[in-house]
Amino acid sequence: MLLIHCPYCDETLPEAEFTYAGQAHIVRARTPSDQTDAEWEEFLFIRENVRGPHFERWRHFHGCGRYFNAVRDTVSDRFLTTYKAGEPRPDLSELEGRA
Amino acid sequence: MTRFNALSLLTNAVTGNRNWTEQWPDSQPKAEYDVIIVGAGGHGLGAAYYLAKEHGITNIAVIEKGWLGGGNTGRNTTIIRSNYLYDESARLYDHSVDLWEGLSQELNYNVMYSRRGVLMLAHNVHDVQSFTRHIHANRLNGVDNRWLTPAECKAYCPPLNIAPDARHPVLGGALQERAGTARHDAVAWGYARGAAARGVDIIQNCPVTAIRRNPDGSVAGVETGKGFIRAKKVGVSAAGHTSVVMQTADVRLPLESYPLQALVSEPVKPVFPCVVMSNTVHAYISQSDKGELVIGSGTDQYTSYSQRGGLPLIEHTVAAICEIFPIFNRMRMLRKWGGIVDVTPDRSAIISKTPVAGLYVNCGWGTGGFKATPGAAHTFAWTIAKDEPHPINAPFTMERFRTGRLIDEAAAAAVAH
Repeated sequence: MLLIHCPYCDETLPEAEFTYAGQAHIVRARTPSDQTDAEWEEFLFIRENVRGPHFERWRHFHGCGRYFNAVRDTVSDRFLTTYKAGEPRPDLSELEGRA
Repeated sequence: MTRFNALSLLTNAVTGNRNWTEQWPDSQPKAEYDVIIVGAGGHGLGAAYYLAKEHGITNIAVIEKGWLGGGNTGRNTTIIRSNYLYDESARLYDHSVDLWEGLSQELNYNVMYSRRGVLMLAHNVHDVQSFTRHIHANRLNGVDNRWLTPAECKAYCPPLNIAPDARHPVLGGALQERAGTARHDAVAWGYARGAAARGVDIIQNCPVTAIRRNPDGSVAGVETGKGFIRAKKVGVSAAGHTSVVMQTADVRLPLESYPLQALVSEPVKPVFPCVVMSNTVHAYISQSDKGELVIGSGTDQYTSYSQRGGLPLIEHTVAAICEIFPIFNRMRMLRKWGGIVDVTPDRSAIISKTPVAGLYVNCGWGTGGFKATPGAAHTFAWTIAKDEPHPINAPFTMERFRTGRLIDEAAAAAVAH
């Protein structure tokens, strides 16, 4: 059972309260009609699928209901940090240094 | 390699089984191959086997970072079926079942393919409608699948609880009688033995760390734990780690890797005659010939390479099994494990050429790769040998995510993979 820190509730709670919501920091195009097929493919389907620290979204579904971002190592499943949606992507080298 | 037959079994039995030759040698890599296959699971070994047997290409290496068949080939619940909704899937999976039926004879190796039938339970009105649609679609494609009433389900699988007040009431089921199970390790071993007998090198404990490309962009070979190995063609069949390998050749794939868990019980006497799948509650069960109940669940919700997975999912699955089969509620579980499955957005596989000349990929099997082993290997070998897809795998390109020509089994609902 993963323990996940919700940055809004400021509590560390069991995985069962949360739902996973895929890779983070995927930006929707400002002018969708200008997108090429290749850009749509990239936006809709292509994912980093990182083996190691992964930027991802979670939702505190059975709590505050809000989406937030996290960095989790996909080999050890350990969370390096969680942060609020809209905050900048944390510096990976700094996080790994701390770990 | 000694062929298995009544005479060789008898001769070796009376001489104390001391004279068996090795099934395949522990090969060391040569400097160059015509084809390198990355990943010695059933899919990769099978592709090498069919390349050697049907396409006359024998200068092949199958390179594996761990041990042969130690990935998803050895971690699945061995269910074989072909009752998929769409025409493209039905053709691919039914091709596979056709090959399963003759595989033990073909390989001279008992893969223990058992047509014990797969029963998919309907627990609600949506299931009933969806399965009925599947049955009609299957029959139009010549794939056997028929509807059973709750009483017929009970007759087919006596441990089933069909009480109307059950937590997961059984409203009926879709039965594919041609479906069943096989011995997972034997499939990898049989293909390895057959491939090695035709001159294929099987190189274990040798991770492929990168795919190298020529200045013109075509594939040059692979960097491995045992140095660089040149190759004219490279086929990647690395399941959950495919995107990691392919990224080194600058090929990005629409894949996400999830843990998929399974568990087995203590062995008991034969009690469970078929395979039962309950897609709504995500629990699959059969009994192995050793007597263990083999139980599978859905994927964990988050991507991971941990080959472990979380306990909440197992709890959910086992709870459902105990509700549907109350007879099992005091069974003890022996062990559980996870495999890393590569899932595509439309839940259909990719057996395809890539933008890199000489590089081919067989991936995206998600939670249902075992059943497809012979068919995937057969069509992947064809694709590598002829540099163009077999008509059966032609729709399973990686370009479909750009063109929009998806094979959307995911949206077909109530199809467990």
